Amino acid sequence: MDWLAGVGEWFADPANWRGSGGVPVLLAQHLGFTAAAVGLACLVGLPLGLWLGHTGRGDVLAVQVANAGRAVPVYALLVVLVLALGRTPQVALLAFTAFAVPPVLTNTVLGVREVDRGVVEAARGTGMSGWQVLLRVELPLAAPLVVAGIRSAAVQVVATVSIAALVAFGGLGTIIVRATGGTGGLDLPEVVAGSLLVAALALLVDAAGALVARRADPLARSRRRGRRSIVTTS
Amino acid sequence: MGPSDTVPVVHVVHSATVADNCLVRNDWVCPLYWQTRSDQLLEALREHLVLTLSALALGVLLALPLALVAHRLRRTRGPALGVTTVIYTIPSLALFFLLVPMLGLTAATVVTGLALYSLTILLRNVLAGLDAVDPEVREAAAGMGYGRLRMLWSVEAPLALPAAMAGLRVAAVSTVALATVGTVVGHGGLGDLISRGQRANFHAEVLTASALCVALAVVLDLLLLAVQRAATPWRRR
Repeated sequence: MDWLAGVGEWFADPANWRGSGGVPVLLAQHLGFTAAAVGLACLVGLPLGLWLGHTGRGDVLAVQVANAGRAVPVYALLVVLVLALGRTPQVALLAFTAFAVPPVLTNTVLGVREVDRGVVEAARGTGMSGWQVLLRVELPLAAPLVVAGIRSAAVQVVATVSIAALVAFGGLGTIIVRATGGTGGLDLPEVVAGSLLVAALALLVDAAGALVARRADPLARSRRRGRRSIVTTS
Repeated sequence: MGPSDTVPVVHVVHSATVADNCLVRNDWVCPLYWQTRSDQLLEALREHLVLTLSALALGVLLALPLALVAHRLRRTRGPALGVTTVIYTIPSLALFFLLVPMLGLTAATVVTGLALYSLTILLRNVLAGLDAVDPEVREAAAGMGYGRLRMLWSVEAPLALPAAMAGLRVAAVSTVALATVGTVVGHGGLGDLISRGQRANFHAEVLTASALCVALAVVLDLLLLAVQRAATPWRRR
């Protein structure tokens, strides 16, 4: 159990929290890549998913994109891209975005498709245009699934960025990779400390996504409002 | 002899000693690489398949009893789904190295990590399959005098099989993809070729191993689809 005490010492060592290889800098890289990739994926996946869902053309495509996304080995694609296009931050961002698009796109299409057709017909019946139906009816009702897609995209990118440390793209995975490649062989305390940090980040991002998801459900929101109004009137 | 004459001479010597082929040009697609390193490729493919199948077998072995318990005892359901979902959220790089203190830099670390991921997918799908069994069907079987075990074996299990098999296909495909990361502990099957190819900037090795990885996932998926079709003949029209 020597390594366990070593993990504690690693976290207590101020040297691990300073400089370009320190936890704050690597964490900032990790979060920066994640936010940028998820943002770009939303820019691509949301409009495309809304359009495919609204026009009802995307069901098959949505499922195929999700399946293909799972079959692609993240590590293999990263290495191929780096060797083909060079090891630049732009290439990293391209790869991370490519892995973030499928969950966003698939969930957006399915979210819009799963909106009750009766509700959509009723909205059309009140004289709403296609755009109004999309933005005022379909999008709010699809929101829980859309947010769930963004949430799993974010978790997926956190994992992908950690793997990208293997091709020297930075992020918290760097701690793990440098602890395996030293001249003294495997540095067990450092490798475990780095793994704990990566795992904690993924779980925190997932939990943050769960919080947003709860706020994004219009039906749950109106239920909460309803409860509150009962309290205030009684 | 002037300096201008030496250039073609050097060129002739060069092209005579170093053959101009796809390995020298570092082409992405190189039949010569496939011919000369076919033993390495097959060995890596074999290791990849062993890692994947071991992980799936272990995942099924863990998921089935867990799903049955979670289905019968409602109180265990939340914790079982919660714990496996937490494990599923942990990135593979971290999960493998969190297992290293217990299992070392071995294939067992990779197999266990991959099995834990497939456990989550399988548990969710088997539970969904069992939940979807029509209560009236259960009642009818109970009315015909079926006991618990016989109900499970000849009513619930067959009806839950399509959902369970769908889960197994998803688990198989993602396990093949994730096994490449096992190279960080020295057991990544095709991932070992990818990481070696990256360090050596060897295009053919990286692309061939990557393509074999995708092909393996597709073949495994189709095989499981065939098994699913054969095991549930009543679903065919």
